Amino acid sequence: MPEIRVTPLGAGQDVGRSCILVSIAGKNVMLDCGMHMGFSDDRRFPDFSYITRNGRLTDFLDCVIISHFHLDHCGALPYFSEMVGYDGPIYMTHPTQAICPILLEDYRKIAVDKKGEANFFTSQMIKDCMKKVVAVHLHQTVQVDDELEIKAYYAGHVLGAAMFQIKVGSESVVYTGDYNMTPDRHLGAAWIDKCRPNLLITESTYATTIRDSKRCRERDFLKKVHEAVERGGKVLIPVFALGRAQELCILLETFWERMNLKAPIYFSTGLTEKANHYYKLFITWTNQKIRKTFVQRNMFEFKHIKAFDRAFADNPGPMVVFATPGMLHAGQSLQIFRKWAGNEKNMVIMPGYCVQGTVGHKILSGQRKLEMEGRQVLEVKMQVEYMSFSAHADAKGIMQLVGQAEPESVLLVHGEAKKMEFLKQKIEQELRVSCYMPANGETVTLPTSPSIPVGVSLGLLKREMAQGLLPDAKKPRLLHGTLIMKDSNFRLVSSEQALKELGLAEHQLRFTCRVHLHDPRKEQETALRVYSHLKSVLKDHCVQHLPDGSVTVESILIQAAAHSEDPGTKVLLVSWTYQDEELGSYLTSLLKKGLPQASS
Amino acid sequence: VLPMCLSSHNTLVIKFFFLSAFFPLKLETQATGENLEFRLISSPRLSNLPGWSLKDGSAFLDKELKECSGHVFVDSVPEFCLPETELIDLSTVDVILISNYHCMMALPYITEHTGFTGTVYATEPTVQIGRLLMEELVNFIERVPKAQSASLWKNKDIQRLLPSPLKDAVEVSTWRRCYTMQEVNSALSKIQLVGYSQKIELFGAVQVTPLSSGYALGSSNWIIQSHYEKVSYVSGSSLLTTHPQPPERTLLPKVDLLILTLLTSTPYDNPIKCVSSFASTFLALTVRNGGNVLVPCYPSGVIYDLLECLYQYIDSAGLSNIPFYFISPVANSSLEFSQIFAEWLCHNKQTKVYLPEPPFPHAELIQTNKLKHYPSLHGDFSSDFRQPCVVFTGHPSLRFGDVVHFMELWGKSSLNTVIFTEPDFSYLEALAPYQPLAMKCIYCPIDTRLNFIQVSKLLKEVQPLHVVCPEQYTQPPPAQSHRMDLMIDCQPPAMSYRRAEVLALPFKRRYEKIEIMPELADALVPMEIKPGISLATVSAVLHTKDNKHVLQPPPRPAQPSGGKKRKRASEDIPDCKVLKPLLSGSIPVEQFVQTLEKHGFSDIKVEDTAKGHIVLLQEAETLIQIEEDSTHIICDNDEMLRVRLRDLVLKFLQKF
Repeated sequence: MPEIRVTPLGAGQDVGRSCILVSIAGKNVMLDCGMHMGFSDDRRFPDFSYITRNGRLTDFLDCVIISHFHLDHCGALPYFSEMVGYDGPIYMTHPTQAICPILLEDYRKIAVDKKGEANFFTSQMIKDCMKKVVAVHLHQTVQVDDELEIKAYYAGHVLGAAMFQIKVGSESVVYTGDYNMTPDRHLGAAWIDKCRPNLLITESTYATTIRDSKRCRERDFLKKVHEAVERGGKVLIPVFALGRAQELCILLETFWERMNLKAPIYFSTGLTEKANHYYKLFITWTNQKIRKTFVQRNMFEFKHIKAFDRAFADNPGPMVVFATPGMLHAGQSLQIFRKWAGNEKNMVIMPGYCVQGTVGHKILSGQRKLEMEGRQVLEVKMQVEYMSFSAHADAKGIMQLVGQAEPESVLLVHGEAKKMEFLKQKIEQELRVSCYMPANGETVTLPTSPSIPVGVSLGLLKREMAQGLLPDAKKPRLLHGTLIMKDSNFRLVSSEQALKELGLAEHQLRFTCRVHLHDPRKEQETALRVYSHLKSVLKDHCVQHLPDGSVTVESILIQAAAHSEDPGTKVLLVSWTYQDEELGSYLTSLLKKGLPQASS
Repeated sequence: VLPMCLSSHNTLVIKFFFLSAFFPLKLETQATGENLEFRLISSPRLSNLPGWSLKDGSAFLDKELKECSGHVFVDSVPEFCLPETELIDLSTVDVILISNYHCMMALPYITEHTGFTGTVYATEPTVQIGRLLMEELVNFIERVPKAQSASLWKNKDIQRLLPSPLKDAVEVSTWRRCYTMQEVNSALSKIQLVGYSQKIELFGAVQVTPLSSGYALGSSNWIIQSHYEKVSYVSGSSLLTTHPQPPERTLLPKVDLLILTLLTSTPYDNPIKCVSSFASTFLALTVRNGGNVLVPCYPSGVIYDLLECLYQYIDSAGLSNIPFYFISPVANSSLEFSQIFAEWLCHNKQTKVYLPEPPFPHAELIQTNKLKHYPSLHGDFSSDFRQPCVVFTGHPSLRFGDVVHFMELWGKSSLNTVIFTEPDFSYLEALAPYQPLAMKCIYCPIDTRLNFIQVSKLLKEVQPLHVVCPEQYTQPPPAQSHRMDLMIDCQPPAMSYRRAEVLALPFKRRYEKIEIMPELADALVPMEIKPGISLATVSAVLHTKDNKHVLQPPPRPAQPSGGKKRKRASEDIPDCKVLKPLLSGSIPVEQFVQTLEKHGFSDIKVEDTAKGHIVLLQEAETLIQIEEDSTHIICDNDEMLRVRLRDLVLKFLQKF
């Protein structure tokens, strides 16, 4: 029995190190290859030894697909391909291919240079890894091999994020990666056609949340920033260099312009300008409005937002700083946070999800005394705000996508177990679709029953269709033919054609039955009586009286002969082929009952 | 499949299945408009050209026809020759597939003024740049102040008397004036965007796929296929990679039919040589001598390559102090748009975007103020204008647009040069109304489309069963009738078509895809007839929905329950549409007789006949004739007996 097997190596009932193994129709595909922000030991990468106990990954995996450039989706890629060893194709969209190596390099620098980790992947490994990447266009059907094809759909979320359909024959799986079902200020909404996959693997970060309107959130955000700045406080907004950063920059930029505010806005790290360049060059991936107006005004050229210098953090007076990374687990955002945390005038706004174990997660869960490196304790007096600007679909959005794609079953990843449980029930009850939520290392097996495509000869098909036209074209029709199977070439042809093609002769099986009738009249008259009787009974059939005196009903031949011994009896010879058996047998039984008395 | 040519060589309708696909619509300004319409901006000399009169001296046409250096021109608002639309009912056309942005210029005429209600497919760069080309055209035409279009000369009896080429112009009565921007927007809103290698399902039966053709940003060849037939439409393809993505060739092979159009219009010229000599010699020479250079061009396409070439030669050709002007209502948009289509560019341009840097160096030319762009001659340009300079502007036909002004301005000095790079126009005809001209003219056509050597290489590689192409490609060019290398040479010979001609192709559909449901597949009993070939008889219910066929297991025959109801059923007239399988094989008499005996028949007699045997069951008064390919059972009307015998015979035969 064919089946689809799915095993999360990461992101099973968890957020972080997304990595899902899918086996479909004998093909093995790995979806994403991420790192976990909450760990800095072995657990930060997926356990690739699970994939194959012995033998090379390249032999086992047909391809790797990366949904978008966030490190929890691609952070383990150089480790996987260069240190564990994988030489097969890695598919991602163009923007992902462009941006991913930069984030990897950034990640490497923090890990190796700042934290002094040994045995980490090198810059050269990132380069070598990226050489294995094949870029895909949206909606392009990429033929990985003769049987396996993949297709990318727009996912919103971040620049270049895509959902992928993985298809072999009539079986398919859709993996959403991270997606957003509502358009925002710079990206469009995720979209997929009614592709009816066997399985939809969807993220479920906000499985239980139904977010209020985006406008309210934005107003709230601006109000908070404005208030803090007015009272002379400094606002820290930890973000990832690409993604929410641009969204919030556009938001603040337009607000500053409208309110004519003077407090400086800074954007940390050298990535900023570069990041904005990517948005300008890949403007076709942004939303309709930005694409339409970019010639007149490019939304990613900011007037009020300037590059941040480390020294600015100590400047007096209000300011707003966007700093990376977004979960306050390392780097510049953490440095600034330590500087500003002690002052209650200041504010930190967490605009996105924070993984367990990060400083971001700790302060969001209410912790106000943090143990830092060197047993220092940092007291957090600054205002801590959380505002979901993550471009993830909420429960409503997830349900909407499931409705769009119409899968046979759904599998949840990239979320917390408790929330998944809730969404799983919701999907099963409201959409009546079976739903799974495997933990890491746990395999879900789904039996499939793929139909078999064969070629039907047009002659046969037309013949059947023509018959079907009467009396009711919509009624299913019975088709009879012969399936010729030669190698992997399957053809359905009419039986006559099959015989001809194979050089076989038809064997004709014919029956002739004798029916005795009491009728003293001449044979010709008997035949005529038979004719008029059959004509009146068989209204839908072609009944003919031939010049030689015989009667035909369709291809069944009836002849009348004199009985050799009894002149008062006539013998009807009813003759038909095997193919007309029903009618022939019916006629004999009909004639056996005798003929009605002629009225004349 | 039934291609139908609607224009000299670039509009085609294909009927495939019940689907009609309508192919690129190239607006033929060139083929018809070029010699004919003219209107020159603010030029007393040219609008005062003498009127032309017929040989008999009658001068009633002198308002419409003007004479210049022995050539006759029509003085009118420019008009455009459309693809043939009379031949077919456009409301029966299901889809329009656009190959590249030059091939959608007639789209508003089709979508806005015919009964067409189907879908138009094109790539994103095609639509965006196509919009720019149309916008420029509309803008240029709107600036032409002629209120009247000339129509007297179109009278068939008068046209006959006119000198060539007016005499030979086709379908002059169907020429149309330019569309409006409103019509352009409405037409473009009907386009559905597609990506390269995207499989688009049409009506469940046909799949169309655009493939990169390498000629322009977003240009595509199209594959139209069903499960068993494949047609490829190769139009405006290039193997020379300038800035667009290289052509996709992996999907072209194994086609049943290859339609080949829009080959290079300059088969004798080498486009690479033209590009390099453009800047290094022609342009450099002129500006060194203090002259100006005029490059009539479209606002997108080749101009990007020319600017890049200039960028490379700026220092070596001594161009560092020479300003470049790009004047077009869409100049800014075109330069901006060129930078955002990373995914549609060639590899090394893509690599630049990954850095991230703009893929085209004209960004740097603009930044360093070497290249300046203006929407028109008026406004900022007049104050910035410095000579000597290089001006890129349209329209390349020299019949309208800002180029007309520069021809007037610079035509009288032999220091200046006009360089023709757009291959679609004959430069001699373009220049005709400006004669006599002191300005130097250089014809340097940059046409990267396939030449005949590349075509024959491509055909060898792809090996299509049939090739279809416009008539003109099946013979050497009229001016060079000895050049047998300047035509398509393939086996079997290419089939050719002409405008308004219907071509039936030797192309027969034999198979269609059908899906066998797994439950039915499980129930099939295959038997191996020959080594490697297995057969299974299939009796199944055929469901057809949206042109997709599915076979499902037949309903179970009702079990004879012996009840009253069942009895009635047996008395029903049987439905002769229930098909019985065919039989094959032969019956070995000895074994057959043994089998009969085993089943309780006795008193069996076998007689030999000329062709086989007769088996007599004397007791039952039954006779069975057995021959190589037939068996005939002759018995009394005893259904039980007949069925028993039948089943025994069938044991020896195979069912089909």
